Amino acid sequence: MNRITKTFQTLAIRGEKALVAFVSAGDPDRARSLSILRALARGGADVLELGVPFSDPTADGPVIQRASQRALASGMNLAGVLSLCREIRDEFPDLPVVIFSYYNPILAYGGARFYRDALAAGADGTLVVDLPPEESDELTDAWEGDGLCLIRLVAPTTPTERMRAIAEKASGFVYLVSMTGVTGSSGLDSADAARVTRDLKAVTHLPVAVGFGVSTPEQAAVLGAEADGVVVGSAFCRMIEEGADDDAIRAFAASLKKSLK
Amino acid sequence: MITKDDYHDMPDARGHFGPYGGRYVAETLMPAILELSAAYESVQADPAFRDELSSLFTHYAGRPTPLFFARRLTEKMGGAKIYLKREDLAHTGAHKINNVLGQALLARFMGKTKVIAETGAGQHGVATATAAALFGMECQVFMGVEDVRRQAPNVSRMELLGATVIPVASGTGTLKDAMNEALRYWVGAVRDTYYVIGSVAGPHPYPVMVRDFQRVIGDEARQQILEAEGRLPDLLAACVGGGSNAMGLFYPFVADNVEMAGVEAGGSGVETGKHAATLTAGSVGVLHGSKSYLLQDENGQVLEAHSISAGLDYPGVGPEHSLFKDLGVARYESVTDSEALAAFHTLARTEGILPALESSHALAWTMKEAAKRPKDQIILMNLSGRGDKDLSIVLEHGKGEGETS
Repeated sequence: MNRITKTFQTLAIRGEKALVAFVSAGDPDRARSLSILRALARGGADVLELGVPFSDPTADGPVIQRASQRALASGMNLAGVLSLCREIRDEFPDLPVVIFSYYNPILAYGGARFYRDALAAGADGTLVVDLPPEESDELTDAWEGDGLCLIRLVAPTTPTERMRAIAEKASGFVYLVSMTGVTGSSGLDSADAARVTRDLKAVTHLPVAVGFGVSTPEQAAVLGAEADGVVVGSAFCRMIEEGADDDAIRAFAASLKKSLK
Repeated sequence: MITKDDYHDMPDARGHFGPYGGRYVAETLMPAILELSAAYESVQADPAFRDELSSLFTHYAGRPTPLFFARRLTEKMGGAKIYLKREDLAHTGAHKINNVLGQALLARFMGKTKVIAETGAGQHGVATATAAALFGMECQVFMGVEDVRRQAPNVSRMELLGATVIPVASGTGTLKDAMNEALRYWVGAVRDTYYVIGSVAGPHPYPVMVRDFQRVIGDEARQQILEAEGRLPDLLAACVGGGSNAMGLFYPFVADNVEMAGVEAGGSGVETGKHAATLTAGSVGVLHGSKSYLLQDENGQVLEAHSISAGLDYPGVGPEHSLFKDLGVARYESVTDSEALAAFHTLARTEGILPALESSHALAWTMKEAAKRPKDQIILMNLSGRGDKDLSIVLEHGKGEGETS
């Protein structure tokens, strides 16, 4: 059983929801990023999402755009993200890690090579923001096995029938976008997100993690009431931008995690 | 291996031109893209839609645009005859209006009352603002800060037409960044907003739809050259940024096997790395919703394009052009900033026409090529837009005195 499935099962038995923490890998540089990832893990993150920085992140708001730019400026690339993943894997053997990317860096790296190297680095899954199910066979056909989960996205605009079709192709967990907007948008409507979460849970047996615009333990608690996990990204990236130290990041992760217990 | 014979079955239902095209967008946008595909399919079969668009082309946009034999320019070059398809004479001063009228009608058909657009040179933005005024729609145009500066007259035009221009400061503040921001805005507003993409780029169905709305250029030109010369031209030429005016001219001639050349922006020279010659120097990647040639580094990061022409200053290109390149349907050349500027002055003084800097690229290449060819050959070039918007850039580089080439 892979680490993602195992983690969600263990949490379900404990009656907890997963804290999925996203950062742009290499932000602000490799050494700090590794240290931040450790802080997130120790603070209680149940799943880590390592963002592969991309020059043109069209689904991201300003905070993650800037995080991505800082990471690129520090020289981070997909190979570098996988090497960070390797270090996290060695230190946290049971912690699921998802490589979060736009498609072009993976396309440039090569789909087959990415599969081999991501598995070798101990990654458990990948999420490709701009690769809808209509286009994803070209990536998974290049994979030599099914050791890597391809995490699928569902949005509030996704009709029920399409949700069902996406869920059928999904593995690991399903990532539900909480609102119609880019990452880090304000104005999260928790009731609306809860309704879509119920719709999605009605068509899949996989765990559902909900994200976009979640920045406080209170919001996490509300969304976590319906979902199996909550994703927080921009809020961490903003702390990194403001120069927060590892203790502060760890404490914030712990406060989010507490709201999901 | 794909051959030219496979081309007439393309794109497939999901918008793939062989290995290119497709729909590489975030899930939030996918339902809207699918809805758009269905709506576009239904209007294609709707005679009322076609009649209304045709009437707008005639009575509003001023179509057909003339095909002009550039006699003095031809004599000056001393070779093949040069014909200019005068898209600069279309309403708003460029070919962009053709596509925008089609998409605005489609938006109205879909019940959308708000439109957004990205723009580089500002011609697509002006055209979208114009159509929005005509149809009583709310319009926002995303434009890079560098382009807001260098194409200031078009910013004023958009504002006078009632549109809101949103300057985009990210990246290099040019067309790519404007499109990024338009896509981000659309992700948040997709339920009631129609995104009018200005080139044969973006996710399916845009490349096909924009081509279909622009093919009026080639359809008219084909008929006009047959009337003028009794035969088809030997060569077609057009500038290529995203590639809509080139595709509009080329497409109706594909079955005729006419030689075609797309002219990209060579900036300071392709060898300097400061250029926008995507098909000449790029490699296959995914940007802005489709797979196509792309200027990128070895890590798949998109590179900054460079061109004196805001409309060509883009590191991507429409997917059907990528297929044309691979199949040899068209070839792709480039000319530098300074060659384009020189061509601007030459046309001004030999024919009394101020061409857009975008079109000046096609012109510079056409002039060189005409000089190499015998006098019984015919080159048909798309003069895609007028140059009024570019006067400040042109004047920054001198008034062209002593221009002899």
